[in-house]
Amino acid sequence: MDRLTGIKRFAGVLIGGALLLLSTGAISETAVTKGSKAAGLDACVAPTAVMRRDHMDYLKHDRDMTVRKGVRDTQYSLSECVECHAEKDDAGAYKPVNAEGQFCSSCHNYVAVSLSCFQCHRKTPESTAGSGTAMKQEGSFSTDSLGLLQSLGNPVSLSRDELVRLHATVKGD
Amino acid sequence: MSCSNDQPDMNRREFLGKSVVAATAAVVAPGVMLTVANAASDEGASSAVRWGLLIDTNKCADGCSACVDACNKENGIDLMQRPTGQSDEMWNAQRPQWVRKVKLRDKQTGEISNLPMMCQHCEHPPCVDVCPTGASFKRADGIVMVDRHTCIGCRYCMMACPYKARSFIHQDVAEQLTGTPRGKGCVESCNLCAGRIDAGHSTTACQDACNKDGHQAILFGDLKNPDSAIAKALKAESSHQIRADLELNTGVRYTNI
Amino acid sequence: MIKTQYRELYCSSPRYWGGLASLAFIILVGLGAAFHMEHNGHFVTGMSNQIVWGLPHVFAIFLIVAASGALNVASIGSVFGGPMYKPLGRFSGLLAIGLLAGGLVVLLLDLGRPDRLIVAMTTYNFKSIFAWNIILYTGFFTIVGLYLWTMMDRKFEQYKRPVGFAAFFWRIALTTGTGSIFGFLVAREAYDAAIMAPMFIIMSFSYGLAFFIITLISAYWWAGRTIGDLRLAKLKNLLGVFVGAVLYFALVYHLTNLYVTQHHGVERFILLDGGVYTNMFWIGQVLIGGIIPLFLLYSPAFTTSRFAIMVASLLVLIGGFFQVYVIVIGGQAYPMNLFPGKEVLTSSFFDGVVASYTPTIAEALLGIAGIAVSMTLVAIGSRMLRVLPESLEDPADGECI
Repeated sequence: MDRLTGIKRFAGVLIGGALLLLSTGAISETAVTKGSKAAGLDACVAPTAVMRRDHMDYLKHDRDMTVRKGVRDTQYSLSECVECHAEKDDAGAYKPVNAEGQFCSSCHNYVAVSLSCFQCHRKTPESTAGSGTAMKQEGSFSTDSLGLLQSLGNPVSLSRDELVRLHATVKGD
Repeated sequence: MSCSNDQPDMNRREFLGKSVVAATAAVVAPGVMLTVANAASDEGASSAVRWGLLIDTNKCADGCSACVDACNKENGIDLMQRPTGQSDEMWNAQRPQWVRKVKLRDKQTGEISNLPMMCQHCEHPPCVDVCPTGASFKRADGIVMVDRHTCIGCRYCMMACPYKARSFIHQDVAEQLTGTPRGKGCVESCNLCAGRIDAGHSTTACQDACNKDGHQAILFGDLKNPDSAIAKALKAESSHQIRADLELNTGVRYTNI
Repeated sequence: MIKTQYRELYCSSPRYWGGLASLAFIILVGLGAAFHMEHNGHFVTGMSNQIVWGLPHVFAIFLIVAASGALNVASIGSVFGGPMYKPLGRFSGLLAIGLLAGGLVVLLLDLGRPDRLIVAMTTYNFKSIFAWNIILYTGFFTIVGLYLWTMMDRKFEQYKRPVGFAAFFWRIALTTGTGSIFGFLVAREAYDAAIMAPMFIIMSFSYGLAFFIITLISAYWWAGRTIGDLRLAKLKNLLGVFVGAVLYFALVYHLTNLYVTQHHGVERFILLDGGVYTNMFWIGQVLIGGIIPLFLLYSPAFTTSRFAIMVASLLVLIGGFFQVYVIVIGGQAYPMNLFPGKEVLTSSFFDGVVASYTPTIAEALLGIAGIAVSMTLVAIGSRMLRVLPESLEDPADGECI
C-alpha cells in the first residue's frame, strides 16, 4: 500500500468534507415548492423528518384502509399530498406534482425511486367545480372552542387542518 | 416544544396555544386523547349494511341515457380521450362502460323493456373468487370493487363475470378525478359510488340523474335495513336477479322484466 | 444391453449459431411487439372488453399444455418402466421446462401490468384457480429440475423413481389446473364443464408428444446423429392413440353440451354457423389436427416414413392450436345469455351480439416469440447438458420389445 503524501491526504479530506457538506445540504434543504399550500404551513401531517422517512409506509397503510375498508378520513392521504404540495404556475393553474422539479418528482428523481402513484392518481388538486362529488367533504367545524377537556356535552371541535397539525406536534417533537 | 421546520407559520401563536393544551391533554389523559383520535376516524364500510339497487324497468325510458352520462361524469370516464384513429366499434368495445343501457324484446310476446346493466354486486362474486391476487374484493358493505394497487391486469375476472360488468383500461389516461383513480392496464367496474356513499351521501349519481329526469327508475339503499325504501319496495313487489340460476345473490335487483 | 452414452449437442458452429441467432431474432421482434402493446396499452391489440383474452393467451395456453405433455416420455421411461423411452427421459424433461417457460413469458408479457409480477408472486387469493396455477408452474420448474438432476447424476439415481412419480402427479395437477381455468367459469356456456380438466390432460399428451417428436428429430438432424426406426415407431403409435383420444374427448364434450337445451346456442355457434370458429373446429381441429394425422400415422403406406411422422406431428400441433383458439376465443365470442327468452335490440356494449376479434400482428409476434423462447432454451440446454444420447439406434437384440 502506498503511503499517502500530505497533499494527497489533505485533498482527500477536502473532497470528503465537500461531499459531506453536499449530502447534508441535500438532506436539510427543503423540498417544499414555493407557491404551494404546504409552503405556508408549519409541518406536514407528521414531522418533516418522519414524513421523509416513512411517508410511503403511511400512504400504503392508509390506502388499504381507504380502498378495502372504506375509511376515508385517514391521516395520510395521497389526495391531501397533492392538495397541499401542488404548485401554481404564473397563470394560476396547478402544476402536476410529478412534473419535473415539482415536490414529488424532485425527491424521487434524486433518490431514483420510481413514482408509480400518478399512473392512476390525479396529479393536481381538483377544482371544486369538478364533476365528481366523492372525497370532497371538508368538515365545517367551529374553531372557537379550545379546551380539549372542557366538557362532556361539548366535544372537541377542531378543524381537520388543526387536528392534523396537533397530531403532528404531539407525536413528534 | 419547538418544531425544526423550514416553513414559517402564519398563525403560530394561536397554534402554539392550542398545542400546549393538546400536549397537556396528551400527558394528563391519554385515554381522552385516544377518544378524540377515534372520534376523528370514521368506521368505514360496515357489514351491518348491504348496499344495493332496485331498478324498475317499467320506469326506465327508451332512449334515455341520463344514468350512463351521470356515471361517466361522476367517475371521470368522460375525461378519457379516444386514441387517434380508433374506429367507433373498437372504441365502444374498449372504453370503460360502468353502466350501459340495454333494450330487450321478449321473443314470445314482443314486450319491450329497457334497463341499465352494471356490476350486480353479488354476495358471492365470481370475479372475487378467480382473482389471483385478491385485487378484486367485496367490501364489508357488499360493494364489489377492484383494488388497483394489486390488480395485475390478467382479466380473469372479466372472463368470470356473468354480467360483462367489468372494463379493462386499454390506454394511457391523462386526467382522472381525485375520487376515481384510473390508469392503463387495470380492470375496473361500477363501485356503487363508494366514495360518495362513504362521504355520507344516500344516493348514487345514476339515481340522482334518473330522478332529475323524472323517471325514478333507480333506487339505492341498504338491503339489510327493513325500514329502508329499497327493502320495503323489494318486499312489496316481486323482483328479479339477472341470472338467478347462478345463485350469486346479487345486490342489484330488477322489477318488471 | 449397451449402455446409453449421453453427449452434449455439438454441431458445426455455423449451423448451431445460425439457428440460435435466428431464434434470438424472433424473440427480439416479439419483445418489441410486447413493448409496443405495453407502452401504448392494449388498445393497439384486437383484444377488448368483449374478447378479453386473445391470441397471446392461445399461444400461452397451448405451450403450457404442451409442456406438461412433453414430460410424458420421461414418465413412461422411469415411472412406468418403458425401456425404449428411458434414454429419452432427460430430453423430455428439458423440453417440458422450455415449453413452460415460453408459455409463461407470453402470459406475463400480456398482463395489463407486467411490472407487477412481484405482486402476482407475493399476493395470493387461494380461492383462485389462477393463483394455484402460479404455484403449480413454479413447482413444475422445481420438480422437473430435480427430476433432470436425478436422471443425470448417478449419485442421486436412487431418487429417480420417487421424484419421477412426484413429477408425474405434478404434471397431471398442472394440466388439471390449466383446464380448470376454463372449467370453473360458470358464466360462459362454452366453458362451464368439468370435462375441461381431463380434456386438457389428453390434449397435453398429444401436443406434448408431437412437440417432442419434432424437436427430437430436428435435434438429431441438427447434430447428425441417428434415431432407430423402432423407437420412432413406438413414439408414432403412441401419438396416434393420443390424437384419437383428443378426438374422442371433443366428441364427448360436444355431445354433453348438445344434450342440454340451454347450450344449444353455443353448440350451434361452434359446430354450424360460427363462421371462422366453425371452420377452425371442423377444418383445423378435426381434419388437420385429427383425421389427417391419424391417416399419416396408421396408414401402411407410411410405416417407416420419417417425413410422414414429422408432418403428422406438425399437423397435430397446428390442429391443437386451432383447438385452443376455438376454446379460448370462440368461447368468448359467443354472447352470454343474460336475459333468457329475450332478444337484445340495442346495447352499447355488444350484449347478445357475437363479439368480433381481429388479432393484430403484434399479438402474433409475441406468441411466436414464446415458441422461440422455448426452442432457444431447449437448444441451449441440450448444448450445455448431456440430455441427448449419442445414438438412438434400435437395440440389436430387440430386448425391449
